[in-house]
Amino acid sequence: MSIATTQKRGFGAVLWDYLTTVDHKKIGILYIIGGGFFFLLGGLEALLIRIQLIKPENDFISAGLYNEMITMHGTTMIFLAAMPILVGLMNYVMPLQIGARDVAFPFLNSLGFWLFFLGGILLNLSWFTGAPDAGWTNYAPLSVQSPGHGVDFYVMGLQLSGAGTLMGGINFIVTIVTMRAPGMTYMRMPLFSWTTLVTSILILFAFPALTVNLFLMMFDRMFGTAFFDIGLGGNSIIWQHLFWIFGHPEVYILILPAFGIFSEIIPTFAKKRLFGYTAMVFATFLIAFLGFMVWAHHMFTVGLGPVANSIFAVATMAIAVPTGIKIFNWLLTLWGGSITINSAMLWTLAFIPSFTIGGMTGVMLGSSVADYQYHDTYFVVAHFHYVIVGGVVFAILAAMHYWWPKMFGRILHEGMGKLAFWTFFIGFHLTFFIQHFLGLMGMPRRYWVFLENQGLDTGNLISTIGAFFMTFGVIVFLINIIYTAVKGEKAPADPWDARTLEWAIPSPPAHYNFKQLPLVRGLDPLWIEKTEGKGKMTPAEPVDEIHMPNGTILPFIMTLGFTIASYGFIYQVDHKGWLIAVYAGMAIALGCMLIRSLKDDHGYHITKEELEREAD
Amino acid sequence: MSHDHSLNPETMPEDPAKATMEGKHKFLGLWIFLGGETVLFACLFGTYLALRNSTAGGPSSQDLFGLELVFLMTLLLLTSSLTSVYAIYHMKNNNFKKMQLWFGITALLGLSFLGLEIYEFAHYITDYGFTFRSSAFGSAFYALVGFHGGHVVFGLSWLIAIMVRNAKRGLSLYNAPKYNTFGLYWHFIDVVWVFIFTVVYLMGMVG
Ligand code: HEM
Ligand SMILES: [Cu+2]
Repeated sequence: MSIATTQKRGFGAVLWDYLTTVDHKKIGILYIIGGGFFFLLGGLEALLIRIQLIKPENDFISAGLYNEMITMHGTTMIFLAAMPILVGLMNYVMPLQIGARDVAFPFLNSLGFWLFFLGGILLNLSWFTGAPDAGWTNYAPLSVQSPGHGVDFYVMGLQLSGAGTLMGGINFIVTIVTMRAPGMTYMRMPLFSWTTLVTSILILFAFPALTVNLFLMMFDRMFGTAFFDIGLGGNSIIWQHLFWIFGHPEVYILILPAFGIFSEIIPTFAKKRLFGYTAMVFATFLIAFLGFMVWAHHMFTVGLGPVANSIFAVATMAIAVPTGIKIFNWLLTLWGGSITINSAMLWTLAFIPSFTIGGMTGVMLGSSVADYQYHDTYFVVAHFHYVIVGGVVFAILAAMHYWWPKMFGRILHEGMGKLAFWTFFIGFHLTFFIQHFLGLMGMPRRYWVFLENQGLDTGNLISTIGAFFMTFGVIVFLINIIYTAVKGEKAPADPWDARTLEWAIPSPPAHYNFKQLPLVRGLDPLWIEKTEGKGKMTPAEPVDEIHMPNGTILPFIMTLGFTIASYGFIYQVDHKGWLIAVYAGMAIALGCMLIRSLKDDHGYHITKEELEREAD
Repeated sequence: MSHDHSLNPETMPEDPAKATMEGKHKFLGLWIFLGGETVLFACLFGTYLALRNSTAGGPSSQDLFGLELVFLMTLLLLTSSLTSVYAIYHMKNNNFKKMQLWFGITALLGLSFLGLEIYEFAHYITDYGFTFRSSAFGSAFYALVGFHGGHVVFGLSWLIAIMVRNAKRGLSLYNAPKYNTFGLYWHFIDVVWVFIFTVVYLMGMVG
């Protein structure tokens, strides 16, 4: 369904369509829009933080508000912006890449999206009554003591959106295992699909730790339990352990899809097969595995003792090896390729050095003795922004330029793409490079103000100027989106002369993706057909009717129920009357679950005749 | 092509729960979900182990636990797992009535387990004043055992719902996967209980 035809239907009809859709492509777009919205919100928060730090002893925002700002910035960017946008891309692209007509559990897919989105909205509603202020890491006992309801919103909002992410992960794994097109063996899967699989495995094993942790925090704050209450024998370090058992894999949940994106873009625009495909797959698994072994490197200064610290330090530094393998494989793919440089490629080329800097500071931080100096300073802030912005955000922007034509049928404007890239790229390094030195000079992170004449003034000023450059870049990108929607160049099925299956079908694809499932003859299947076939995929089956799932409003209503119940949980602390909201919300949610389980839903079929009427 | 999913002896596939694409997806999906659940319980066990001696002057595990009751509970739950195996066996033989019967027995055993658990908790609270709030040990104990109990409640509601819904319809390729995934889930709950029995109760009584 192209944009033009959707616009002809009324707004109500479109809204209803998106509220009830179970199509992985529409859900993918919803994720990207939702994540994009939170990205702008988180960006605004970042800008306010940087304005506060533009000069010594500034009082642009109050100390309390500053704490809320840093907390919401981090939480929003990780949980509500970066991850959902990546999940959106995986949702849209992965089924196309493996030659599937949908994901394994379309209903769950929609439920996952709504949980993420309403969870994020719930978290942000806290702005009206006082946002969480204990940092995105929400350490106990600070978080348990934090007055008001801010931290409660953190707990409930993340619980909802975390549940949604977990469902997405399970869905992707089952999809990849069971729904690959004929001939699409594992070792012929594009790297983005591989990283989707491995990321989903990480989600599966990491998120339950967050779930448990949030429950413990919820019980402590709302029901007076003693998990983190030293007075009753509790132990606040448990929060830190569970948080990082989740948290370190989480950073790989963010970066692995980014690696996947670059592994698609580089071969396409270098016109070369990905160098060391097998090594890339292997390195992905190795990173995922090691990612679970290193959580305590965030806790070097807690006092776990020299033995634990040494083990975790060694494990941490080991991750640099598979990561390095990847960097070299990308470089060697570029080597001798016939390279096209466009916006997608610019973000990709900029990623390589930027991310490598982040990786190197990571190894520095991984040295447990040195970390006593770096910990909780701006050095850490510089490190993780180099990996997250230089890695994940660059990847998202590269992916937008790369897959935009497939998703919306139009090509983003190149000039504006390049302008956005250069301003953002320069702004990024201006903002964060200097922060390494601010950190080494002892500037602590999460402090509201810094003092004059301690050698921190110029550095902070430069850093804030950089933030404005990045803001400018983002605004140009937004204008580009609007411009492209109105008068962007129409995209053919395969605008980049690319290699993988998603480019073998129209842009945007029909709602059933593939009229006939394609026969895959090797890695980069479309490229194989271009070089040694007839230039398009050979069908693996005759045209026959296609089974499709029905759309449903249940996931949305179910999530609404959970959200109401969460609100009730937060406020029943003040007044037991709010328990009504808990019961009502749970009744709605469980009622929907019951309907889902008991009402037969066999889906529908697209008939052969209908398919034959539509052009290829 | 016909889309009638009901089964007769000629069309009966080897394993009705996995004969359709949806069935395969559900089967694999549930296995994967259980992987996540394993981490969830592992975290709760970890928390419990860290806090099990933090009684804050209140009752300790030795004061509280009694072997007879917990042994009976274990017996009930393990048996319910066995009866659910019988039920699935009859499903594969396309004997709907017997399948419902054995699942009915499974539900009854599960309900009695739940009854005993409620009795146990009530006993601790009223006779010992041992609650969710009284000490970190109490919080960890009720969180771990309570989470398991919550899973039992969810599983029983699920089972009863599909049993009632399909009572008059017989077995079909559409509902067979639902019974089958329930069976898997129920075994998992059982396995978790075995660990609770060992780590919480047996280790708790030794000290
Ligand atoms: C070579 C690979 C890496 C190594 C060796 C490494 C090492 C570390 C270490 C030791 C810390 C703790 C510093 C401290 O608090 O004192 C840290 C913090 C952090 N890292 Fe990395 N890292 C690596 C890659 C990444 C990647 C790929 C990401 C994300 C995409 C990431 C995101 C973060 C974040 C968000 C923090 C700060 C957490 C917080 O305290 O709020 N790191 N890293
Ligand atoms: Cu880490």
